[in-house]
Amino acid sequence: MKVKLENLSKRWGKVVGVEGINLDINDGEFVVFLGPSGCGKTTTLLMVAGIYKPSGGIIRFDGRVVNEVGPKDRNIGMVFQSYALYPHMTVMQNISYPLRLMKTPKSEMIERSQRVADMMGIGELMDRRPAFLSGGQQQRVALGRALVKEPELLLFDEPLSNLDARLRLSMRSEIKRLQIDLGITSIYVTHDQVEAMTMADRIAVMKDGQLHAYDTPTEVYDRPRTLFIARFVGNPPMNITEVDVSQTNGAYHASSEGLELVIPADRGEKAAAKGSVMMGIRPEDIMIDSEGIPGEVFGVEPLGRDHLIDVKIGDIHYYLLVDPSLNLKSGDRVKLGFNTKKCQFFDKKTERSLLWN
Amino acid sequence: MALRKRIWSSAPYLLLVISVVPIMVGYLWLLINSFSTRTEGLLPVGELTLNNWSFLLETPFGRGYPSIWRVTLNTFLIASFMTITVVLVSSLAGYALSRLNFPGRRQFLSLTLILHAFPSVTLLIGIFFVLRTLSLYNTLIGVGLVMVGFEMPFGIWLMKGFFDNVSWDMERAALIDGASRLQVWWQIIIPTLKPGIAALAIFAFVSGWNAWLVPKTFTIGAGKQATLSVYLQNFQGDTVAVDWGTVTAVGLFQLIPVALFFIFTQDLLLSIYAGGAKGGS
Ligand SMILES: Nc1ncnc2c1ncn2[C@@H]1O[C@H](COP(=O)(O)OP(=O)(O)OP(=O)(O)O)[C@@H](O)[C@H]1O
Ligand SMILES: [Mg+2]
Repeated sequence: MKVKLENLSKRWGKVVGVEGINLDINDGEFVVFLGPSGCGKTTTLLMVAGIYKPSGGIIRFDGRVVNEVGPKDRNIGMVFQSYALYPHMTVMQNISYPLRLMKTPKSEMIERSQRVADMMGIGELMDRRPAFLSGGQQQRVALGRALVKEPELLLFDEPLSNLDARLRLSMRSEIKRLQIDLGITSIYVTHDQVEAMTMADRIAVMKDGQLHAYDTPTEVYDRPRTLFIARFVGNPPMNITEVDVSQTNGAYHASSEGLELVIPADRGEKAAAKGSVMMGIRPEDIMIDSEGIPGEVFGVEPLGRDHLIDVKIGDIHYYLLVDPSLNLKSGDRVKLGFNTKKCQFFDKKTERSLLWN
Repeated sequence: MALRKRIWSSAPYLLLVISVVPIMVGYLWLLINSFSTRTEGLLPVGELTLNNWSFLLETPFGRGYPSIWRVTLNTFLIASFMTITVVLVSSLAGYALSRLNFPGRRQFLSLTLILHAFPSVTLLIGIFFVLRTLSLYNTLIGVGLVMVGFEMPFGIWLMKGFFDNVSWDMERAALIDGASRLQVWWQIIIPTLKPGIAALAIFAFVSGWNAWLVPKTFTIGAGKQATLSVYLQNFQGDTVAVDWGTVTAVGLFQLIPVALFFIFTQDLLLSIYAGGAKGGS
């Protein structure tokens, strides 16, 4: 099912939940809403679900306006962070509840619920109450309940936040695989950008109730349209510094205290027009380089496979990933090379990208 | 070492037992006294007797007075009416107050709180006039309605509190699963609140069963509309000596249903469902 949000807004008196969201979701697409806490992800999702009435704008399912359609007539399934299972019902009763409400014949109800439960790997637990299940099992029940009526749209509100890291990883790929197999259009809310990057066909980045970007994960990662996106997407986050970009002898240079970089012409040209700009560069685009710019190691943070080190050039800190076998310690002198082909430039005032707008 | 540990771990029980003893002695005396002609301390003087229980067969006040069974029925009717009405109205009103945002919600909430705190004695005269105007004075239904009115603010407030603790997500999930608002209320929320509702039902029933002030005020003497408490009071006449044996027997008789009620519902009261969420909101 195709979903279209046109200028969607939600306000409670003076409180703005979301403002002017425009979004197009294709049939079978997996869209992730990504943004910090309080940016309006849940609000948007609940409007799509029909729980909240929009204050303005239009929601379309396959072209049909559904603003006034109640949740039960939207044919959607939803999974909540809190699982929201019915504590007085067994797993079987939980999963079959949507079918019971549709007055499905009992035998069919049991058969379909069992099939979904088997698919979720909880077929053995049908007689248990939710209180006697682990968090992961509860989440599977919630997923089964959302799937059992074969909805045309699946909504997820941070479904994995309450699970431990390992389980989160396996559930993540399981949900993604399921979604691909079943081909159900899905909206998935998270503030975990790794989840967003790995699962999404397209990511909608939100902040303060507004949509900042709506694009594929690689686009969002490689071509951040605002400083906010650049900072928010990517882990460890992008290094952001203030630089002056100017052209001398046909080459573009970005300079700040102790730093002097040559910038490729296509990027430099756009930045030089502004002069003083914010430059962003990802940790993986900075490396130890004997020909590079000298700095001093300020801190080392072991991440397992890599060490995240904090190098001070002048007064500015740069973060980068290095091989642990280099055995760097605080106070060591290093030289850094910058992959300037990947650097981003943003307007200092509007915080919009100078490259991708 | 082990002994000291044992003593420490049994200390709370000891404390409980000590504090319960006076109450138990009271009940014990009630029981013994109701089967004796006279007691000296806890011990009966002379033979045990069933005389005190003769009120079950014939009314001690003579003709024109209702039998104990009629009075029991009255009391039961009032208590049941109260239970059903209070539970039904409170759970609907509590749900609305907890979940829906309607004009006047805040005012209504503070009003119920004020009414709950209001000393009901001061209202008796006013209510007397209201009941007389409505021709409900000296009727069971009149007494029942007044008592429901007195109990309602507490019930509504209690139920609102219970509903406040039901997660919104659960309700939203049910709506999305295809339930109507009434179905959500009846199939999802009420069942998860069973222990709370049972508690309210017991409160309402017991306070109806034991009520004295309202029935005493709005019915005439030990007439056809008397409840057990009013009936019991008739034994303390001003002209004749109080027959404590019968008083204890009637008191015990009044106690039996309440005790049974608790025995049968305490399982329900204690079986509070663990929520479906682990750490969720
Ligand atoms: N029922 C409501 N009444 C008033 N304001 C609300 C209501 N629901 C949400 N808001 C406000 O709307 C904004 C967006 O909230 P929302 O719950 O959509 O955030 P979110 O992106 O889901 O955050 P989180 O990641 O913490 O779940 C917040 O500022 C919140 O305070
Ligand atoms: Mg949220």
